[in-house]
Amino acid sequence: MNFLGNHLLTLILFFPALAAAVIFFLPKDNLPVVRWTAFAASLVPFLLTVILWALFKPGQSGFQFQEQYTWYPAVHSSFHLGVDGLSLTMVLLTTLLTPLALLASFNITDRLKAYMMLFLFLETGMLGVFMAVDLLIFFVFWEIGLIPMYFLINQWGSEKGEREIWKGVKVQARNYASLKFIIYTMGGSLGLLLAIQMLGVLFQTYDLQALYLKWNTLNGSLLGFPVTTVKAVAFWAFVIAFAVKVPVWPFHTWLPDAHTEAPTAGSMILAGVLLKLGAYGFLRLVLPLYPAESQHYAGALAFLAVMAIVFGAFAAYGQKDFKRLVAYSSVNHMGFVLLGIAAAAKVGFSSTDVALNLSKDIALNGAVLQMFNHGLSAAGMFFLVGVLYERTHTRNLDDFGGLFTLVPLYGGILIFTSMASLGLPGLNGFVSEFLVVRGSWPALTGYTAVAMLGLLFTGAYILKSLKQVLHGPLNEHWAHGDHRLTEINTREILVMAPLMALILSIGIYPAWILDVVNKAVLMLFH
Amino acid sequence: MEKIILWLLPLPPLLAFFAILVLTNKNRALSHGLAVGAAGLSWLGSMILFVRVLGIDQFGKNVLESGFNWLPTGSTWLQIGVLLDPTSAVTLFFVAWTVLMIFVYSIGYHNYGQPAGEHDLKGLPPEGAMVTDEHGHAHKVPSIEPMYSRFFAFICLFAFGMYTLVVSNNLLTLFVGWEIMGLCSYLLIGFWYGKPSARNAAVKAFMTTRVGDVFMLLGIAFLYSATGTLSFQQIFRPEVLHVLATTATPIFGLSAAGLIGLLIFIGTVGKSAQFPLHVWLPDAMEGPTPVSAMIHAATMVSAGVYLVVRIFPLITADFNGHTLTPTMSIIAFIGAFTALFASTIAVSQNDIKKVLAYSTISQLGFMIAAVGVGAYVAAVFHLVTHAFFKALLFLGSGSVIHGMQHGALHSGDEVDPQDMFNMGGLRRKMPLTFWTFLIGGLALSGFPIVTAGFWSKDEILAEAFGNGHWVIFAALAAAAFLTAFYTMRQITLTFLGSPRSKAAEHAHETTWTMTVPLMVLATFAVAYGWLGIPEQFPILGHILPNWFHAFVGGTLQSPPAEVVFSIIPLLTSIGVSLIGLFCGWWVYRRVRSPQADFLQIPLLKNKYYVDEIYTRLLVKPAMWVSEEFTYLFLDRTVIDGLLHTIARVALFLGTAFRNYVDKPVINGWIGDGTATVVKASGFNLRKIQAGRIQVYMIASIAVLVVVAVLLYFLHLLLA
Amino acid sequence: MHFPILSVIVFTPVCAALLMLLYKPDQKKAVRITALVTAGVVLLLSTIVYFSYNKAVAGYQFVEKYSWMPFLGISLHFGVDGLSAPLVLLTGIVMLTGVMISWGIEDRPREFFAFLFFLASGVLGVFASLDLFMLFFFYEIAVFPMYLLISIWGWIKTREYAAMKLTLYLFIGSVVALVGALAMYWQSGQHTFDMLVLEHANFPVSFQNVWFPFVFLGFAVLGGLFPFHNWSPDGHVAAPTAVSMFHAGVLMKLGAFAALRVGIMLLPEGAKTWHWVIMGLALVNIVYGALIASVQTDFKYVIGFSSVSHMGLVMMGFATLTREGLTGAGLQMFSHGVMTALFFAAVGMVYDRAHTRDIPKLGGMAGPLPLVAVGVIIGSLVSMGMPGFSGFIAEFPIFLGIWKTQWVVAVVAALSIVITASYVLLVVRRVFFGRMPAELEGHIRPINAFDKIALVLLCAIMVGLGLFPALMVPWVQTGVQHVLSLLGGA
Repeated sequence: MNFLGNHLLTLILFFPALAAAVIFFLPKDNLPVVRWTAFAASLVPFLLTVILWALFKPGQSGFQFQEQYTWYPAVHSSFHLGVDGLSLTMVLLTTLLTPLALLASFNITDRLKAYMMLFLFLETGMLGVFMAVDLLIFFVFWEIGLIPMYFLINQWGSEKGEREIWKGVKVQARNYASLKFIIYTMGGSLGLLLAIQMLGVLFQTYDLQALYLKWNTLNGSLLGFPVTTVKAVAFWAFVIAFAVKVPVWPFHTWLPDAHTEAPTAGSMILAGVLLKLGAYGFLRLVLPLYPAESQHYAGALAFLAVMAIVFGAFAAYGQKDFKRLVAYSSVNHMGFVLLGIAAAAKVGFSSTDVALNLSKDIALNGAVLQMFNHGLSAAGMFFLVGVLYERTHTRNLDDFGGLFTLVPLYGGILIFTSMASLGLPGLNGFVSEFLVVRGSWPALTGYTAVAMLGLLFTGAYILKSLKQVLHGPLNEHWAHGDHRLTEINTREILVMAPLMALILSIGIYPAWILDVVNKAVLMLFH
Repeated sequence: MEKIILWLLPLPPLLAFFAILVLTNKNRALSHGLAVGAAGLSWLGSMILFVRVLGIDQFGKNVLESGFNWLPTGSTWLQIGVLLDPTSAVTLFFVAWTVLMIFVYSIGYHNYGQPAGEHDLKGLPPEGAMVTDEHGHAHKVPSIEPMYSRFFAFICLFAFGMYTLVVSNNLLTLFVGWEIMGLCSYLLIGFWYGKPSARNAAVKAFMTTRVGDVFMLLGIAFLYSATGTLSFQQIFRPEVLHVLATTATPIFGLSAAGLIGLLIFIGTVGKSAQFPLHVWLPDAMEGPTPVSAMIHAATMVSAGVYLVVRIFPLITADFNGHTLTPTMSIIAFIGAFTALFASTIAVSQNDIKKVLAYSTISQLGFMIAAVGVGAYVAAVFHLVTHAFFKALLFLGSGSVIHGMQHGALHSGDEVDPQDMFNMGGLRRKMPLTFWTFLIGGLALSGFPIVTAGFWSKDEILAEAFGNGHWVIFAALAAAAFLTAFYTMRQITLTFLGSPRSKAAEHAHETTWTMTVPLMVLATFAVAYGWLGIPEQFPILGHILPNWFHAFVGGTLQSPPAEVVFSIIPLLTSIGVSLIGLFCGWWVYRRVRSPQADFLQIPLLKNKYYVDEIYTRLLVKPAMWVSEEFTYLFLDRTVIDGLLHTIARVALFLGTAFRNYVDKPVINGWIGDGTATVVKASGFNLRKIQAGRIQVYMIASIAVLVVVAVLLYFLHLLLA
Repeated sequence: MHFPILSVIVFTPVCAALLMLLYKPDQKKAVRITALVTAGVVLLLSTIVYFSYNKAVAGYQFVEKYSWMPFLGISLHFGVDGLSAPLVLLTGIVMLTGVMISWGIEDRPREFFAFLFFLASGVLGVFASLDLFMLFFFYEIAVFPMYLLISIWGWIKTREYAAMKLTLYLFIGSVVALVGALAMYWQSGQHTFDMLVLEHANFPVSFQNVWFPFVFLGFAVLGGLFPFHNWSPDGHVAAPTAVSMFHAGVLMKLGAFAALRVGIMLLPEGAKTWHWVIMGLALVNIVYGALIASVQTDFKYVIGFSSVSHMGLVMMGFATLTREGLTGAGLQMFSHGVMTALFFAAVGMVYDRAHTRDIPKLGGMAGPLPLVAVGVIIGSLVSMGMPGFSGFIAEFPIFLGIWKTQWVVAVVAALSIVITASYVLLVVRRVFFGRMPAELEGHIRPINAFDKIALVLLCAIMVGLGLFPALMVPWVQTGVQHVLSLLGGA
């Protein structure tokens, strides 16, 4: 137990990778063994995270369960892990969604071993970002996470579909999507990498706490420019890297492609966790490292956020492809996260105005909770789309209609999840969106008001999808013969059950999770 | 004790909802048993509370309230809780009754004997419907699957929403209940989801109300930011209100209170189907009739009014007593306009439910107008009475439709069972329905003295008149006249005269589960009015105390004084109702067909083309912006285009470097150039031929020897 | 006098080569086994050297000195420091894997392996030499076999041209460098080629400024420095698999290493004067190489130009003259060596089966050759500087070094990361995934055990180094420390 207590994070972090290594030696053609091993293995980190949650002391400031090992002294980087309330929730989200994603991919038969291994590596990659307390380690995991997802998309993605790049040049959609995904993210991260190098050269350390301090107290001139200029540039370098990941309008166009082509479980993780990496970057790095800059550019951030909310909603409403619609809904929802962050940035950390500080805390609570909530509902939505796609092999909304008759249970679950993502009060989405709106109102009144247009159209596209899929005259094609639509099965229900339970529980009594977040926010951003 | 009950009130329907969904969805009897049982429990609780609070002296001052920490916000918490004050008490009273009655009624209405067959389709109304198959052939599909349990599950969830809304002590949970009801409304309007019309109506209802809701959300956010709380009791403290009333906002010179009030009011406009967001309610009649009665007449749409009544102190925070604040005038205007506007449409409708739908819109307009002119009690009073008689009328119409359907089934003539021009003479076929409907109708048209509708409507007119808002008064009076007129038109066409169709001839009275609720509601439709007879009303006023005014008025910090009695509004309301009723009967007593109806004016029949205008101006543009502009142009063309260009530039550079630098320049000059030079100088490596290691050894040794000798001489030179 | 391990390492291959030449041409199996054993021994010994190198003491170790031409001050002087030890190890690795990969060679394996081992001896000699003259001697020994190996066993279409071109470049390069070296010999006035002495000859700055370009550029030609890079891609394409592995894996390092040893370490002031120029050229290497690689359709050309780009990073690291930059360069030499060795091994395996290197004509190779696919994927991750692999460990310090010198260069150079990522990923996908062309169906036989061992070994090294930089960084750091002291503790 003591060992467990001291190495909890490392265990959670590397267990999936080890499991992947084990899976490598399993018999190739014995699919059930591979499946269940992978699934069981992914449950371990989850249980450990539950222990972590239990042992975690919300009141205590700073990082907990810290572990530090020498890694690369030559560049002053050490393997330093730790969690606070902020990262803890994200770790929980990750370790929760991964088993569900694996359970969701039990229907995979093609190169199953490779598939499962990639997924487990992916989990390690994502967890690393959330646990890192060392900037370079953060970056290391940030990049590593891309690789498994890239291969998941272009190897197990949907085989159909082409994408015209420019006049006459067509490529297979999944190849296009996966390359766009990885190159766009890497390209976006270039600035981040350069900024990280600069920080390293400047301070000879990558320890976050040290950096927060040193970087903010730095003044004078740097590289022949005033420090403020350099900071502003570095700020945008960071912002763009994370904005691509979130994704923030106008850096979002990789997302619909990636989501649409990715395998179901891939989309679940992509929407559920990967997008959160970006938002987490904003909270963990941008705000603490660039308080002044973020305050100065808060308006710009808010503008982008509102654009994401509004255009995300519009674009989603304009879709005929069910999965693409859900993909754009992510742009729309993550916009609220950024809006909350922008509001907090606008208020800044030095404000003495009690009311404004309250709004800031509320906005940040909202943002973090929205991250978690979107993780749940988006994963759920993508899974449900996948369930339908697997049976019908089409995602075109016009091909459905009146399916409620055939699959009442599925219909019910779909409505429930849709309502969560629509932000129906009583379910989780509402709480976070309300907090964000409330928190942003005093600081960013105008932007918040405009964002409501997006909120309106959130309703529009959700109802459009329900209308097209479940309601209306039954499309007889699915009613008879071998392509008769079958009801959602037990395994699939088991995937949805935990998500729905959490959606409801957060909707009814958010305090259980928000308390942790709130305390973290209070300690981090004051 | 009371507090516990108060907390528990919403729960039974919620539990019933889950129970039906999970356990008993196969079994009809169990399902409706659970539902009605749950409604009964909540009803019982409400009644107990109601009786208890009647006993409390000065109840308005010492209300029932309890709450707990719900949401951590920074160093503070957001509290939520329950509250029972006079206003919510009376609301609770009518909600409990109407809900229970409608639940009971639904058993009878929604119960279809036959078992599910081979060819019937789910998701269609029991009498079947026209559908078009994949080949585009339209044909009539039978459906006798009423989705019975699902129906009860939904209305249970709805009841939960309504109770939550009423007992909330804060705007947040109120909003929760508000939206849950919205969801149920959506699900129940689209209950027969197989019908495209129903499906569209459902979406329309949800979206239209959502327009209001987003503004309401802003209002709530604003209020929360400004006051740091959402609990009514906290907000309505004089000092808080004073601050709100005195802080100015940039938006047309409104005070914070005014702006917040306005924003929240827009929510009401959506929910209570006020102009310009009224368009969804008539379409909502696609839902089963009990749903229309409960959600779209008695409770949900009333919730909109309940909300403005709740935030009345906020709206009137900067109200000096006589000149209306901008917010109030807007509210009053919208209310009065809607009242008149809707009633003009109602006169030209032939669908028995559509008439009632527009009538509901119009009556809600009355209440809104009342709030607008600061007539708090009158608004609440009309809210209550209207709930009773409008529920009654809807259930009555449902009973009529039911009778007609039976008739149609019996006589086999396929007529629209809702078109009043297929009815007539039903008073003999369905006496109970007739008498109760008549009572409801008279109440609606404000038949003097006996009916509740008279007292409440009269009070509104009196207030409007008494406070000197002539325009409002005139508009409402006109609306009242039209109300009486179309009500009588409806009664005449439906029940009087002789049958216009076989169906009508063979119609027959419905089962007791449906008629009993009618009778109960009829009682209230009459008796409830006597609780609110103005003090100075000749004779009656002295016999019965104005309990309602005293009780509900106590909710406010400073209980409003009764408006000074004046004979003019009284005579007006009596006049308009009696004349209206008479005209309604006189004009339609002999009309046999729509052609003979002089009010079938296209403009009215098409509801002033509002829907068409919205489609043109809002829906279609939104579609275009989404599909064409945002997705295809902005994302696909501009942004992606940019990315692709970057990629192309990189490739172009690569090719250019290879073909114009690497090959010609570097290869050509430095690489092969040197080679040619060397060749020219005769040193030809080809002499050394492949595979002769010795040659190679000699060659390399030779080079080294040369070098060594060279060095040796250098060495000598140095020495 | 301890066991002369370095000279053993250096001369074992030559002896083996001579031994092999004594075999009859048809004793192919014997030849192969001899080759394998020799390579194994060399690797073993170089590993011993590497791990028994005392980092605490640092400096040159395992030093041996035998007088050879005293009248000229030429002596056989061996010794390794923190920079050369990894390269010796690298050579051992490439030798062994190269032999394994070329197991199936049927055309005159006797000569093939013999020449290959001459080459190896030359390379090892250069890495181990502490005597300027011997360094040149081994350098020449390394260069000539390349000509024969390419022109005899190479790709029929271009082998004559490529071999010719390669030899000319290197020969001319070395002559230029030699002139510089002789100038030093002459200037130092101590009649010795002993670099340990020359290191402290403190040549006058003006002299250094004049001769540094000769020495550095002369060797840099072999390092593939722009604009003298072009022999390298052509050479790769023409060369047989094992030779390409040596060529890119070790030979180019030879140039870089010599440029550092002779150029920077002996003429530090010159280096300080000229490092901007080198930086500029290296920057061109990096971006230009990457861009060109991204439009190649020949698998080998892609990797050839990517090598140009990566060697640019090495040169860049040197040019920064900072601790970080030099450390990174040292690591990059090793990492890139392993990486390209793996790449060319893989390309060879694919080519032997598909008989084409034209990427559009390939596809779906992952099916029959899963391990090769994995290897190439790991290789490409290394080459795109993906964290967690040796490439990142090497490139990151280089960039830190650049930041210390000139941040603009860092910004431009960083672009190459994305360009590299895009083309390697595209190549991997096109060659190994997607649909296999019909004409190749069924013609792709699986790889043999030796190939597998080789691949796994190379991958393991790259991943291991990526996860645990401590496996090599301290060695390099000690070497760099010495260089810095020569540079006046810059």
